Amino acid sequence: MSTILHPDSWQYREINKRAPSLATLADTLIELAEAGHPVVAGAADLQYSNGLVGFARRFPERFTQFGISEQNMVSAAAGMATTGVMPYVATFASFLALLCCEQIRMDVAYCAQPVRLIGHHTGISLGFYGTSHHATEDIAIMRSIADLTVISTADGPQFAAALRASVNHPQPIYFRISRGHDPVVYANDAPFEIGKAVVHGIGNDITIIACGMAVHSAKQAMEALNGKGHSVGLIDMHTIKPLDRDAVMAAARKSRIILTVEEHNILGGLGGAVAEVLAEEGGGARLVRHGIKDEYSLIAPPSHLYRHYKLDGPGVETVAQSLLA
Amino acid sequence: MASGANRWPSNSGGDISDEQAALLRERARFVRLETIRLISIAKVGHYSSVFSCAEIFSTLYYDTMRIRRGEPNWPERDRFLMGKGHAAVGQFPILADLDFFDRSWLDDYTRLGSPLGDHPDMRKVPGVDFSSGSIGHALSNGVGMALGGRLQKQDFNVFVLLGDGEMQEGQVWEAAISGATHRLSKLVAIVDRNGYQLDGKVDDVAAVEPLGEKWRAFGWEVHDVDGHDVVALANLLRKVKADTDREKPCCIIARTVKGKGIDYMETEPGWHLGYLAPEDEARARDMILGGAK
Repeated sequence: MSTILHPDSWQYREINKRAPSLATLADTLIELAEAGHPVVAGAADLQYSNGLVGFARRFPERFTQFGISEQNMVSAAAGMATTGVMPYVATFASFLALLCCEQIRMDVAYCAQPVRLIGHHTGISLGFYGTSHHATEDIAIMRSIADLTVISTADGPQFAAALRASVNHPQPIYFRISRGHDPVVYANDAPFEIGKAVVHGIGNDITIIACGMAVHSAKQAMEALNGKGHSVGLIDMHTIKPLDRDAVMAAARKSRIILTVEEHNILGGLGGAVAEVLAEEGGGARLVRHGIKDEYSLIAPPSHLYRHYKLDGPGVETVAQSLLA
Repeated sequence: MASGANRWPSNSGGDISDEQAALLRERARFVRLETIRLISIAKVGHYSSVFSCAEIFSTLYYDTMRIRRGEPNWPERDRFLMGKGHAAVGQFPILADLDFFDRSWLDDYTRLGSPLGDHPDMRKVPGVDFSSGSIGHALSNGVGMALGGRLQKQDFNVFVLLGDGEMQEGQVWEAAISGATHRLSKLVAIVDRNGYQLDGKVDDVAAVEPLGEKWRAFGWEVHDVDGHDVVALANLLRKVKADTDREKPCCIIARTVKGKGIDYMETEPGWHLGYLAPEDEARARDMILGGAK
């Protein structure tokens, strides 16, 4: 029997084919475990959605299924970490960052345990599953927790690179991963360093600062607008915390406008973080924040929502174009 | 005795001696007296929450647990976690007594910059196996430690002291399911069943009975004990620890009295948080020392 899966579906058991950037999670954890890192993993009834089932099959003794008890999973991961292992636990970002916020603060960050939290299906990527399954607040919440690193990767290769970098990172990490079949931006060997933004270019007119799935959209917009004779740049701010302030200021010194793009509320997220830097450093650029404008998303398939909220390539281009008038 | 070894007798099984029972009672008095002294520095604290579990503290640290004096990070040590982190003021004197940190730290309890506050912080206090303060997390932390210990092929036990009001936290029952599902036989929960919480009697505020039946239904081995009887407590904990056939976690419901040892605290639940004026402090000391006779 074969099941036909629409690109807007999230319930894909053939995750390797359907969701390459989430399949990266299990593949890279297996690679790290085989290389001798003390990697363990945990899931809360979503091992098929996030692909950790692949890790569970390869290393059953290193995988813990917690069932639908996300808070218990996070607290237990912190307890496990005290015994010398490095837990990677994953669930929907809405549950991880919002439901487990206090466990993350108390047991992971405050206790400085090397837990890696994978919040997947971020933003509005769960489409018509609705607000309970959307996470448009997670960056704002996670980046206000002391001693926690926050990373939002653009695609599978960058996620894999970030996972590899994570094994030597001194702080616990919150990873923000979209729904798994994000268009690819980077080559497999693209350099990656936690805390150092990828600068695709600084524009005289606009520099877009984006994170996560919005990087691909912003790149499309940049290329389209530069093709029309404008000067548009792009910074992939994959590490939200600690923020690469130098990259922000490089744009602020040269660009007339900085446009932040994120699949997140414009309050407190990437746009908020960039605004803080500009306000403190006194950059001359005007800031425009694009994202979810402090509202709950409509119901629709994800691709329809990205179009509606102007988070796809043409949408970001439209927003940027309107600033160039 | 060799450096680093416990100064108390081997506890590999069997009943405790009269001499050992006397030591545990004396250490429980020490916990109560030090709690009074430390709270006199802070000017407010959880006397009665400590007094209900003073014998549990003394029995775990001076009889049950495998620990090494002066080596708070010894990898093979048994772990102790506190869901009722507000009783840390009673734990700190023991940790100092075990040479995990200098006794002089106690003299600055809660003062600006002190590692010692109302709740235990593992980043600041050697011997604290996990930080706490937000009620309901500790059993999950213990589940993780037991899972990690098994994976790492370490045979330490994990003891988690829980308040009975804590039974109202949903996460406790998530952890209870986890502990049973993963057959964490090295995990032992001890419920300090003193019957009171901030807003009144536990079962009036939000009923937790039948407590033993709940834990049994969640797949745990359940024992009931007088939490102030050091002989019963120590003998039970020795048996639980020595039982290598058990394939499930264990819950001990310790029946206790909140404020035990101070008559006016035992009859007044409002003592959850309080401060003893100097004359009351002297009376409390007399009562604790009188209990030694």
